[in-house]
Amino acid sequence: MAENHPVAFQWVVEAKLRGAEIIDVDPRFTRTSALANRYVSIRAGTDIAFLGGVINYVLSRGLEFREYVVNYTNAAMLVGEDFQDTEDLDGLFSGWDEQAGNYDASSWQLTGERDDTLEHPRCVFQVLRRHFARYTPEMVERVCGVPPADFTAIAESMTRNSGRDRTTAIVYSLGWTQHTIGVQNIRAASILQLLLGNMGRTGGGILALRGHASIQGSTDVPTLFDLLPGYLPMPHVGQDDFDTYVAGGQLPAGFWGDFRSYAVSLQKAWFGDAATAENDWYFDRMPRISTDHGTYRTVLDQIEGRCKGYFLVGENPAVGSANAKLQRMALANLDWLVVRDLQLIESATFWRDAPEIETGELRTTEIGTEVFFLPAAAHTEKDGTFTNTQRMLQWHHKAIEPPEDARSDLWFYYHLGRRIRQKLADSTDPRDRPLLDLTWDYPEEGPVAEPSAEAVLREINGTGPDGRTLSVSTQLRDDGSTRCGVWIYCGSYAEEVNQTARRKPWTEQNWVAGEWGWVWPNNRRILYNRASADPAGRPWSERKAYVWWDEEQGRWTGHDIPDFEASKPPTYVPPAGARGPAALAGTDAFIMRGDGKAALFLPKGLADGRFSTLVGLADGPMPTHYEPAESPVANQAYGRQSNPVARRYPRPDNLYNPPRSEVFPYVYTTYRLTEHHTAGGMSRTLPYLAELQPEFFCEVSPALAAERGLEHMGWATIISARAAIEARVLVTRRMNPLRVEGRIVHQVGLPYHWGQRGVSTGDSANDLLSMALDPNTLIQESKVATCDIQPGRRPRGPALVEFVRSYQRRAGLIDGSGNGEADHG
Amino acid sequence: MNSAAGNSASGNSRQPEFESYYGRPVLKAPTWKSPDVPLYLFLGGLSGSSSILAAAADLTGRLALARVGRVTAGVGIAGSVLALVHDLGRPARFVNMLRVFKPTSPLSMGSWTLAVYGPLAGAAAASEVLGVARGLGRLAGLGAAALGPVMSTYTAVLIADSAVPAWHEAHPEMPFMFGGSAMASAAGVALIAAPIAETGGVAHMALVGAGMELASSQEMERRLGLVGEPYRKGRSGGWMWTAQALTGLGALTALVGRRSRVASAAGGVLLAAGSLSLRYGVYLAGVESARDPKYTVVPQRERADARAAASAEAEPAPTPQVTRHRRVLWVHGAHEARDGHRHRAFRRR
Amino acid sequence: MVEHRSLTERLSGPLADVADDAGYSEPPPRMGFFTDTSVCIGCKACEVACKEWNDVPEDGIKLLGSSYDNTGQLGASTWRHVKFIEQPIYVPERHDQLAADLGQAPTQSTPSTQDEAGVRWLMASDVCKHCTHAACLDVCPTGALIRTETATVVVQPDVCNGCGYCVTACPYGVIDIREGDGRAFKCTLCYDRTGAGLMPACATACPTESIQYGPLDELRERANARVTQLQLEGETQAQLYNERPDDGVGGAGAFFLLLDKPEVYGFPPDPVVTTRDIRKMWGYLAGAAAAVAAGVVGTLIGGGP
Ligand SMILES: Nc1nc2c(c(=O)[nH]1)N[C@H]1C(S)=C(S)[C@@H](COP(=O)(O)OP(=O)(O)OC[C@H]3O[C@@H](n4cnc5c(=O)[nH]c(N)nc54)[C@H](O)[C@@H]3O)O[C@H]1N2
Ligand SMILES: Nc1nc2c(c(=O)[nH]1)N[C@H]1C(S)=C(S)[C@@H](COP(=O)(O)OP(=O)(O)OC[C@H]3O[C@@H](n4cnc5c(=O)[nH]c(N)nc54)[C@H](O)[C@@H]3O)O[C@H]1N2
Ligand code: SF4
Ligand code: SF4
Ligand code: SF4
Ligand code: SF4
Ligand code: SF4
Ligand SMILES: [Mo]
Repeated sequence: MAENHPVAFQWVVEAKLRGAEIIDVDPRFTRTSALANRYVSIRAGTDIAFLGGVINYVLSRGLEFREYVVNYTNAAMLVGEDFQDTEDLDGLFSGWDEQAGNYDASSWQLTGERDDTLEHPRCVFQVLRRHFARYTPEMVERVCGVPPADFTAIAESMTRNSGRDRTTAIVYSLGWTQHTIGVQNIRAASILQLLLGNMGRTGGGILALRGHASIQGSTDVPTLFDLLPGYLPMPHVGQDDFDTYVAGGQLPAGFWGDFRSYAVSLQKAWFGDAATAENDWYFDRMPRISTDHGTYRTVLDQIEGRCKGYFLVGENPAVGSANAKLQRMALANLDWLVVRDLQLIESATFWRDAPEIETGELRTTEIGTEVFFLPAAAHTEKDGTFTNTQRMLQWHHKAIEPPEDARSDLWFYYHLGRRIRQKLADSTDPRDRPLLDLTWDYPEEGPVAEPSAEAVLREINGTGPDGRTLSVSTQLRDDGSTRCGVWIYCGSYAEEVNQTARRKPWTEQNWVAGEWGWVWPNNRRILYNRASADPAGRPWSERKAYVWWDEEQGRWTGHDIPDFEASKPPTYVPPAGARGPAALAGTDAFIMRGDGKAALFLPKGLADGRFSTLVGLADGPMPTHYEPAESPVANQAYGRQSNPVARRYPRPDNLYNPPRSEVFPYVYTTYRLTEHHTAGGMSRTLPYLAELQPEFFCEVSPALAAERGLEHMGWATIISARAAIEARVLVTRRMNPLRVEGRIVHQVGLPYHWGQRGVSTGDSANDLLSMALDPNTLIQESKVATCDIQPGRRPRGPALVEFVRSYQRRAGLIDGSGNGEADHG
Repeated sequence: MNSAAGNSASGNSRQPEFESYYGRPVLKAPTWKSPDVPLYLFLGGLSGSSSILAAAADLTGRLALARVGRVTAGVGIAGSVLALVHDLGRPARFVNMLRVFKPTSPLSMGSWTLAVYGPLAGAAAASEVLGVARGLGRLAGLGAAALGPVMSTYTAVLIADSAVPAWHEAHPEMPFMFGGSAMASAAGVALIAAPIAETGGVAHMALVGAGMELASSQEMERRLGLVGEPYRKGRSGGWMWTAQALTGLGALTALVGRRSRVASAAGGVLLAAGSLSLRYGVYLAGVESARDPKYTVVPQRERADARAAASAEAEPAPTPQVTRHRRVLWVHGAHEARDGHRHRAFRRR
Repeated sequence: MVEHRSLTERLSGPLADVADDAGYSEPPPRMGFFTDTSVCIGCKACEVACKEWNDVPEDGIKLLGSSYDNTGQLGASTWRHVKFIEQPIYVPERHDQLAADLGQAPTQSTPSTQDEAGVRWLMASDVCKHCTHAACLDVCPTGALIRTETATVVVQPDVCNGCGYCVTACPYGVIDIREGDGRAFKCTLCYDRTGAGLMPACATACPTESIQYGPLDELRERANARVTQLQLEGETQAQLYNERPDDGVGGAGAFFLLLDKPEVYGFPPDPVVTTRDIRKMWGYLAGAAAAVAAGVVGTLIGGGP
């Protein structure tokens, strides 16, 4: 966190100064570890085992926050009889289909009965207890390489620091997400936090530190292929009319019960008067997805010639994406490519300086891709919002005009759309209607006719029948009378005021500082904060009072805006036949869940009506330790080596190192340095930053250095089944060998910021990585894989290709046992 | 191995244990260039002492010797100033040296001295060479002579008034060393250029100078210990040794052969060379002592430890009282201040 | 110059009011830095902010291999420098256990964070100390270096002639001549910003308030409270550096809280302003000058043997 969110980390330091204990769990000793009270080195990819250990520590000692667990989670619900656990099936849940390679989740359903004593053998609580029983401190040590003493100290500290009076917060980021078990890592954390009663409460929660300054915004107003704004699922093939689509996303109770209102308002925002009840809100013109259209699948489609054009807007996959060589090969196989960037990045110049040109795998003269490079305006050169990790929208004002031809992305898309509509203006082809019917009417400002960003925010916020902006999402209707671009952002422009531009210092308001910026939903700073009060609506403790039920006023009140219907009393019991929010009881704190309860156990698994079902993936109902796609050790917990539903693209140009391979005996993990930014376009190009970390390096422990004869400041070549790259060597005690499975596992650290352009250049760590993805998010497993490391520089030119091939041969990947599927062990 | 701590002075087991930051220097090595600065030191001293010599010769009616002295002084000072100016990062701004009069800055005082002495010595030399305004020339010569002793020694204070260990620690002896060296060099040049008939006593002047230089440098090296190491070891040590050998030999030759034109001249050459070597030696020793953190850290560490030990005996440390809240309280205040500043900072840029 | 104090007093030791001593009448309170290295996260925001604000040129793109420090030292083109020090913390049992696993003799050194119960990673942001008795300023022959009304020490680039005297005089190796420019440069304590009521750029950028800017008295109070707190928490090595007005430079305007000996961070353990001895030096000069005069006159006029 200190490395990549230094500004946010000031509050961790502040907490520490006030006596909070800071614990850091990371394979490497980082700048964060340096400030932590306790640091534990863990083997990359084993956090489920670690968290499972803590969960087991809680359950086996009865340390859970009982009242919270019974009332606010689905612990008491009974699981169906024919559910079978990984314990019974050696690493698989019931419903596994080996052929199809996916789960049928029907046996995971809850029966609807409950047992508030949590004694029933089939109640979620007991299922959970059995599931995590095997994650003993000894197992944690065998899997993670964490000594029992260290583990117990952490479990002890977390539990002691949770309850009515105290809360523990968990902060995570890529260390948990970039794995083939990424989402399950976070599920494990949320189960733990729910058992300890740390959700919806001040000082608690699970805080995802996000990435690019507004990456949260780009999931809310998504750049994701399977989502529409506000986490509405993308329509998919088979959803022929609006009702079927709504049925797919609507939940019987809770605020997803109003799904139709959100969806209709979105269609109205896009198509205005052209979207009517009669034409099914224009639904038939909406695009449908049929399968996995994730970025990695798309790249393969480009290589296979199915995808011929590509927009790269603020992205540098030639350096930043896993199996970067494949990324470059794909770019070289397009008809056209548009790159909008601040800098002339590797993804725009691959046709003349990609490493493959040197190895002879690509020839400039033979690359047919027509590349259009359009200079982009930076955030300082345009108005707009950032949405941060707290879901807070903060407005930034243009500080200076963009230089020369540089234009904002908003300018680009708006004028692109405008010109296309001009060209089509008198087209009669029905195919062009959606474009012509779009509401594309943003006021233009200034010399370059910049569309007004505020007007866009206003459209996102939404308007009512009177044409004035709405104030809360509950005002949205499904009769077409309201328009809203992103239902969760409804209220960001309440009262016709840009709420995101509020800058009232926290010294002039209460400590929750609700008047700084604007937070979705409805400016609530802590989600599900109803859980900060007990079932009767009283704060769990004075110390932790946040929102509570005020009997006199007959409404919820407190320091923050209650994330709950303000006038629904704790005693409220839904009448029969109630639907939507009304169907939730006064104690149902988790208002986005269909049953109002936080899920310790996920009946649908992680499929949850999203695309994963249609690409045939449903991850398990409970987190389970699997080894990473590439691992030097056998799974100590189950026979099943790695996540059965992990997304893999086995092919000759995306070979996987076999598990437990002697050829690739070491673990490596990739990460960031404070001094650089991601693929480097914004840092390697700047002398002030480049001089701070001038060269690509790898970090190794003195022990590994001794084992492989690596010299501090010398060169090393790191090899995987995909590539071989070279880096300067930093021998440092911050890396350390771990004792796993009774033997030593060495880990290599690789920052991934380098490429062939800029003031500071170097090989890209992403050349090493394979495309092995989390089944739910399709994020690559860039946090752990296996490699070999040798002293000295890598071969050059064609010799490099041959060098890598020799490793593939030795690992039996070509003319051998085959590519990477030799995995389920 | 990537570790900051630990002894950076490798090899030699007799090296003292000390900690440093990756063995990097604590100080900046002088940016003064070679040969500029050694020449500046040498020529300044030579000129100063030559002026005195010239005056003495004048008063004892030895006109040829006086002539040699004045010319040497004139040329010497010219050369010295040139070397100084050439060494500046911004030579055109040499005159800025006369913006202030600063007793804490030997270079300032030196510059003022130069400003008065230079023209006098120059005028004296000029009138000698051109044979014009002899009366005034003579006065100028006497004036220069009055400043001669300072000219012969101030560069010692100039380098001693620095953080460079081998220079600063040597501040008691350095002026005597430089003064002696200056005398020896002036005598040396006189012996080379003046007719033997008039050089009576010059050899003794050389002897006195050499004696002063050798005695003070011996004393200095003895007293300095570790910090004096660069005067004994390495390139700088080599120059120092050469300097002492040449100077000693030169003085003796001059003395023994004082009746012989050739021997005197030979002695003179040795003396001048000795003086120049000394300046090189001292210059390099300073640079070396600034580059190796050992010379900064070890003595200071010893000093600090000694003081700590002493004060510990004096009064034992009081039991500390913690006042955490004020830190926190303060943090709030500071944020107010800082946020305020931040915003103004934005407007400002 | 104020009359009521002797030269020696003005050259070293505690100084009640530095700006007043420098000739300002009723100067504002002395401002400075307290750098609390115990909360530094090594983000280098200070280094970058300083360069951005002051247009300091890039200072060499070179991997140094000294942990994450690729800057090396302060200089004419680096006015803030973040230092990184990795120290093993050694716990024999664990160490030998791992050594055994690695098939090595227990004695052999196989360092590893856990098996030595961790490394300690010290980070510290260095800067010009703005000494109470600033050697650089004392020796500057042109008056390019000045004492400001808030008692900071600043170079006037339009006056500096690059004589380099300040470089040899600074006991911390801070100020230096910039290659290709010829003049001396160093931290100005953001004279232009503070003049306009802004915080120095580095302190403004510092996320954790490792760099604290303010009135020196207040900073000293705060620093002493912090160091006692750390010591109570078991940081026995925690110490203030350059804070005491009775030290060799009369206390600095920029002082530090360190977690180890100063030299470990590359600081001189007991710096002294060279001009403390200037009067003695002039004394020795007088002696030497007299000796020279006597020597020459004695041998040439007194007519040698
Ligand atoms: N300075 C700077 N800041 C940035 C960025 C940048 O490039 N530079 N990038 C931004 C972006 S896009 C993002 S997404 C965020 C990312 O922020 P982070 O998630 O902090 O980024 P990383 O450094 O990739 O990974 C964090 C840590 O995960 C550890 N890790 C690896 N594998 C495991 C594991 O299996 N378990 C555990 N517990 N830890 C593991 C790594 O050692 C690393 O220290 O940062 C954002 N902020
Ligand atoms: N091995 C490994 N690979 C990783 C990761 C890892 O941890 N390890 N992390 C992954 C993560 S979390 C991320 S987010 C990606 C990041 O990978 P990329 O997003 O591909 O890399 P960036 O350098 O962040 O690309 C952002 C580009 O946007 C440009 N830019 C900045 N502002 C604007 C703007 O306003 N408009 C436009 N048009 N362009 C702009 C910048 O110049 C920069 O070139 O890397 C991923 N890849
Ligand atoms: S770069 Fe921006 S987003 Fe990242 S830490 Fe600094 S301030 Fe925060
Ligand atoms: S630290 Fe050096 S440069 Fe800074 S004020 Fe003191 S003497 Fe001058
Ligand atoms: S270099 Fe410039 S600032 Fe330094 S002493 Fe000389 S004139 Fe003064
Ligand atoms: S005070 Fe100003 S000049 Fe000095 S280091 Fe900080 S930013 Fe740089
Ligand atoms: S900005 Fe602050 S925290 Fe970051 S390196 Fe500088 S002093 Fe340390
Ligand atoms: Mo990211």
